[in-house]
Amino acid sequence: MAAPPPSGGPGRLGRYLVGAFFLAPALFMLGVWMVYPAVYTIIRSFFGPTGFVGHWVGFANYKTLFTTSTLTTAIKNNAIWVAVVPAMVTAVGLVFAVLTERIRWAVAFKTAVFLPMAISAFATGVTWRIMYQQDPGLGAINALGKTISGAFSPAGVLSTALPSTPSLQSSAGALVLKTPTHPGGVALLGLTGIAPDQVPKSSVQAVKPAPKPGDVVGTVWRDFKPGGGKAGVVETGELGLPGVTVELRSAAGKTIQSTKSKSDGTFDFAKVPAGTYTTAIGAQTFAKPFGGFAWLGPNLIVPSLLIAYIWIWAGFAMVVIGAGLAAMPRDVLEAARTDGANEWQTFRRVTVPLLMPVLSVVFITMIINVLKVFDIVYALAPESEYAKANVIALAMYFTAFQGAGNFGVGSAIAVFLFLLVIPVLALNVRRFRREA
Amino acid sequence: MTRTRIVVVAVAAVATALFVAGLAGASTSSSTKAHQNQAVSGTVTFDGIWTSSSGQVQFQDVINAFEKLYPKVHVQYKPVGNNLPTVLTTAVAGGHPPDMADIAQPGTIAQFAKEGKLKPITYAKSTMAKYFAPAWASLGTFSGKLYALPFKAANKSVVWYNVPAFKAAGVTPPKTFAQLLKDAQTIKSSGTPAYSIGGSDGWTLTDMFENIYLRTFGAAKYDQLSQHKIKWTDPSVTTALKTMAKIVGDTSNIYGGTSGALQYGFNDSVTHAFSSPAKAAMVFEADFVGGVITSSTKAKAKTGFNTFTWPSITPGPDASAVEIAGDLFVTFRDNPAIEAFVKYLASPQAAEIWAKQGGFGTGNHNVPASIYPDPITRATEAPILSAKSVVFDMSDNQPPAFGATTGSGEWGLFQTFLKNPKNISGIQKQLEAAAAAAYKK
Repeated sequence: MAAPPPSGGPGRLGRYLVGAFFLAPALFMLGVWMVYPAVYTIIRSFFGPTGFVGHWVGFANYKTLFTTSTLTTAIKNNAIWVAVVPAMVTAVGLVFAVLTERIRWAVAFKTAVFLPMAISAFATGVTWRIMYQQDPGLGAINALGKTISGAFSPAGVLSTALPSTPSLQSSAGALVLKTPTHPGGVALLGLTGIAPDQVPKSSVQAVKPAPKPGDVVGTVWRDFKPGGGKAGVVETGELGLPGVTVELRSAAGKTIQSTKSKSDGTFDFAKVPAGTYTTAIGAQTFAKPFGGFAWLGPNLIVPSLLIAYIWIWAGFAMVVIGAGLAAMPRDVLEAARTDGANEWQTFRRVTVPLLMPVLSVVFITMIINVLKVFDIVYALAPESEYAKANVIALAMYFTAFQGAGNFGVGSAIAVFLFLLVIPVLALNVRRFRREA
Repeated sequence: MTRTRIVVVAVAAVATALFVAGLAGASTSSSTKAHQNQAVSGTVTFDGIWTSSSGQVQFQDVINAFEKLYPKVHVQYKPVGNNLPTVLTTAVAGGHPPDMADIAQPGTIAQFAKEGKLKPITYAKSTMAKYFAPAWASLGTFSGKLYALPFKAANKSVVWYNVPAFKAAGVTPPKTFAQLLKDAQTIKSSGTPAYSIGGSDGWTLTDMFENIYLRTFGAAKYDQLSQHKIKWTDPSVTTALKTMAKIVGDTSNIYGGTSGALQYGFNDSVTHAFSSPAKAAMVFEADFVGGVITSSTKAKAKTGFNTFTWPSITPGPDASAVEIAGDLFVTFRDNPAIEAFVKYLASPQAAEIWAKQGGFGTGNHNVPASIYPDPITRATEAPILSAKSVVFDMSDNQPPAFGATTGSGEWGLFQTFLKNPKNISGIQKQLEAAAAAAYKK
C-alpha cells in the first residue's frame, strides 16, 4: 500500500483514513453477514426453541445434539464423507490429470470430466436421483443392469403370474400341480395376476380338453374374468395362455416330457405309460426380470450420494492437479527416467512428492466442502431415507427451519459444524502464510 | 410504523367520511355502508402458500373483489410457496411477520398462539357462526380464543381409482373396508397391483392411518389422540395399525412393493395409478389428487378416474366423518383493514369466487354444492359441507416437531412402519416417545 497521501492530506492520519475508507465496505459486509450471525448463533445455541428471555438452557441443546439418534446419524455420516470423499476425489483427480497428459483427445476429455462442475449440486442431485431409480424402466443405472442381466437370464413370459388355486404350488421357481394325474387324466393349471396386456395376442377362449385314453391332457389359462370368476374352473371369458412350457413329471419329480400350450391353452402329452405323474409349469416361465438395485434404499443411499459427489468434484481436482503437473520441472522426470526408474517409480517417487502442495490444497478444500455438504443430499435422497442419509448441515436446516422450528438446537448444530471446520481452516491459513 | 400510518390515515378517512356524509345528509342504509367501506383504508400484507401455478390467480380474484368493496384497502399478497413455514417461523422469530398468513398446520398456530405472536380474531366470531358449523370455529380456536379462519379445506377422506383397472377386475367402488380388501385381491388377480402408495412423502402414510383411526373409533377419540390425550401405545392405535398393515403389508399388491413405495413421492403415486395401462388401481389421498391427474396424466374424469369415499370400518354415526386439511388464515396484527378483510374472507361471497373455479373446498354452508365446476369436484367437496363431524389432519394438529418434520417424528416413523408393518408394538413405542418429547416443549 504505497499509495501517495492525498494532496494536502495530513500525512499518516490521512493514510489511515484512506485505508479505513477502502476497507469499510468489506468490513461492513463481513460484520453484517459473518460476524454478527456467527455471534448471534453462538448465543442462540444456549437458549430454548422459541426465544431468549426466560429460555436459558445452558448446554442442553448440545446434549440433545449428541443424544438424538437422527443427529448422531448425521455426525456419523459426515465422518464417512470426510473419510471417503477428499481422498477419493484427490486420487481420481490425480489419475485423470496424469493420464490426460498422455492421451490424444486430452482437451475433450478434460472438458467432459470438468463439466459437472458447471452444474449446480442441486441439479446434479436431481439428475442422479433419476438415474438411481430402482425401476429399470426409469433409472439409467438399473436399465444398464437389466440389459446385461437380460442377456444372461431372460425374463419369463409370465413373470408376474400367480397360481389361482392352492393345489398349484411353487417349487424351485416352477408351479407344480399337487394333485397327481394318470394317463387319461386332465390337468388344470390356472394362473392369475396377469394383466390383460400381458396375455399373448394369439390367445383365444380357454378350453378344458376332454380326457384322452393313454394321454395326459390339460390346459393353462388365465383363471380370471372381471369380478374374479370361480377359481380352478374354466369359464367363458377366460383366455388360454399359449406358449407356456408344461412339464410332465414322474412321481419322483423327474421331467419326462415337456410341451408348449396352444392358443386355447391346451396341451397334450401323448402315449404316456401307465403310472402316477404330476404336471408342472416350467420355472423359466416365471423368471423375474432384473428388478434393479435399490440405490436410493436404506442400505445404498450413502454410497450413492458419495459417488454422485465424487463425480462432481473429480473434474475440479483434475484441473488443479493438472495445472500443478504442467508447472512441474520436466528435467527432474527425465533425470529419474535416465537413472532407470520405471513409470510407476517415477510417478510414486517423483511426481507425487513434487505435487504434494497441490494435492494438499485439493484435499483440504474437499474436507471443508464435505463438512458443509447439504444440497446434494437434500436433492438426491428420497424423503423416506433422510434419516439414513442425514448430514450435519441438513440436520441443522431441518431442525431450525422446517417443522420443528427449533432454533436452539439448530444453532447448536451450526456451532458444532463451525467448530469442526475451524481446525481445517487454521491449517489452510497456516499453509497460506508459509507460502507467502 | 406501518400501523401508526394506517391508524392516522384511517382516522383522517373516517373524519372525512363523516364530514362528507353530514354534508350529503344521506341516510339510506346502503349508502351508509358504502361510506363505511370508504372509511377503512390501509395496506394488508399477506403471506400465502399459493404461487402462480397453484392458486395465486384464484386468490387474487378473491382479493380483487374485496378491494372493490373496500377501495381504500390494498391487500398485498406474497406467494411464498412451499417454504412458507420456514419463511414464517423465521419472520416471526425476527419480529417482522406479515399482517396475515396462511398456515396449514394447526400445530404451528397453537405454538404461535402460545407464544403470544398472534392476534385473536374475536371480531369474526359472529360472521363465522353465521356461515360455518361449530366444528369449524373450533378448528380455529386455541386455548379458548378464535385465532384462525379455515378459508380453504381439502377433503382427505377420499380414495381415487383407475376406472379401466376397476372395470378389468370387475369390481365396483367398495363401501366397507372388508369389501375394499376383497376387491384389492380381485384386482391383484386381474394382474394390476391394487395400491399405489407415495411413501417417500411421509404425510401420505399418516393420512391413511388417520382415516383408518377415524373410521374405526370416531371423531371424539380421534381428537383425543390428536391432542395426545390418548397415548400412542394405546390399544386403539394397535388396532388401527393392524388394520393399516392389511394394506401396507400386502407388498405384492403395492406398485413397486414396499421398497418401491418408499421411493415414490405423492405425485409419482398418482401418475402411476392413472397411467395407461394402469400400474396400480387406487390412490388413498385427498381431493387435490384430481389436479395432479389432470395436469400430469391423460386420464379423463369418469372414464379414466373417479373417486369414492373412504370405506367405513366400524358402522356408527361417524361413518361419514370427514378428515380435512386446509388453509387456516391467521393475523399477526390488528387494525380495521385487517378486520374487514378477515370478515370478508369468512363470507360465502369470498369462497364462491374461488369455488366456482375448482380446486377449492370450504365448510361455508352458504356456498351451494352446485357451484363446483364438475361432478368429481362436487363429489369430493360436498361431503365437507354435509359432514356431521369434521376432524383436522392429525399430523398437522400436533406440534410440528412430531407431526410435520420431514424424515422424523410421525412422518419418519410411519415410513419405518411401511418398511416393516409387522413390528406394531415397536413402532407404537417409538411414536409415543417422539410425541412425548414434542409435547413437552
